[in-house]
Amino acid sequence: MSNIPTELKYSQTHEWIEIAHDGTGIVGITDHAQELLGDIVFVETPEVGSEVSREEPCAVVESVKAASDIYAILTGEIIESNEDLADAPETINNNPYVDGWIYKIKIADESELDELMDADAYQAFIEETEE
Amino acid sequence: MGNKTPLYECHLEMNGKIVDFSGWDMPIHYGSQLNEHKQVRAKAGMFDVSHMTVLDMRGDSVKEFLSTLLANDISRLTQPGKALYSCMLNENGGVIDDLITYYMDDTFYRTVVNAATRDKDIAWITKIAHDFDVTITERTDLAMIAVQGPKAREITSKLLPPDLQALSLDLKPFFAVESNNYFIARTGYTGEDGFEIMLPNDDAASFWRKLAEAGVKPSGLGARDTLRLEAGMNLYGTDMNESITPLECGLNWTVAWQPAERNFIGRQALEAKKDNIDIQFSGLLLLEKGVIRNHQKVIVEQADGSTSEGEVTSGTFSPTLGQSIAMARIPKTANDQCWVEIRGKKLAAKIIKPVFVRNGKSCI
Repeated sequence: MSNIPTELKYSQTHEWIEIAHDGTGIVGITDHAQELLGDIVFVETPEVGSEVSREEPCAVVESVKAASDIYAILTGEIIESNEDLADAPETINNNPYVDGWIYKIKIADESELDELMDADAYQAFIEETEE
Repeated sequence: MGNKTPLYECHLEMNGKIVDFSGWDMPIHYGSQLNEHKQVRAKAGMFDVSHMTVLDMRGDSVKEFLSTLLANDISRLTQPGKALYSCMLNENGGVIDDLITYYMDDTFYRTVVNAATRDKDIAWITKIAHDFDVTITERTDLAMIAVQGPKAREITSKLLPPDLQALSLDLKPFFAVESNNYFIARTGYTGEDGFEIMLPNDDAASFWRKLAEAGVKPSGLGARDTLRLEAGMNLYGTDMNESITPLECGLNWTVAWQPAERNFIGRQALEAKKDNIDIQFSGLLLLEKGVIRNHQKVIVEQADGSTSEGEVTSGTFSPTLGQSIAMARIPKTANDQCWVEIRGKKLAAKIIKPVFVRNGKSCI
């Protein structure tokens, strides 16, 4: 059973977002996603300053098996990328919700947050898609 | 639901993640492909390779038959148990499959072919065998387990039937010994020492569990692929196929041109081609961060500044080297550097001989 923290919001493409006090978002991939990907060996993080659109690819995570696109969870501007992942991509496997964050985003349209799932809905979504 | 090997229940018990492989339900990993890979390099791992096809070939003209069927020369095998790696070619010199053949006695050879190519292999072999006094029998009664790693032989030999324990340890590389339907070969697909063991289906699960108790870690198809790529061993369907000759996939060494009068299938086509091959099958070592994947474009610069393109046939992350490696078919070049196009970016790679790791050590 994968870990799904209740304080985060989730997308159908298995990204999570945490809203910081200043209203910006911290984004990563879920425990379920890292389990599916297997051992992660390389992360291509989004460029700081770039504009990303919701559900468009914005980063790439490569496991030993394959390369997988990471989709922008919301529309906005990338304000920081997790540079530690360059030397320690396995952090995403070991700690997907804290040290394994991928980028921070300045949210362009807060109403998009309503489209995301809470922990219970994400749990149900995983169970549904696994059947 | 696909075909299941006699070890399927063991895979589920040991937390194997099952995927479809050419119609077989096989474990891709048992938790961590990286750990399984490293375990094989450091100590010992085991692979279920029961999906592969074992063919026994018997008859008075079996040697003559194999001498026609295979691009490598079967007459090189003179000692019982000795193995030969070879390609089986079509009339155009394209590779139908790569396989291992063991010489048992003058009227008995055993061949192991790939699972993914089973049907076409058997059809082709049967067709060619029609003109010879040969009987082909598929040994579906046998399972196959590869135990690989520096400790593999030591651990495994103790668990074999008593009459094979000492004999198995005495095997030289690329030799096999058989007794009572247990066939032990000192061969493998990882670049490590070890055994490939055929044994009765009914004995396979208990043997697998005994190996596990002795400290041999179950390893999936994922680790098998990264291990073989580090070892510089070709994978059929990826590094070669029916439209590629052995001369274009680094397997020149498996084509026996002598004796000149041996007319193996595909020989004429290879003879016509061999002086006009303008590609080189190479190893690539990525000099930047990233992972090379199959089919990515390789850009090669020639001495005159012009560029030409090649293609990655197998690319992955090398767990032993901690960087990305690949095999590629590229235009002939005197340069030792090229570029691999990964998601629109050109990343620098070094062109080397396609052997990256052997016996746990880097060859770079």
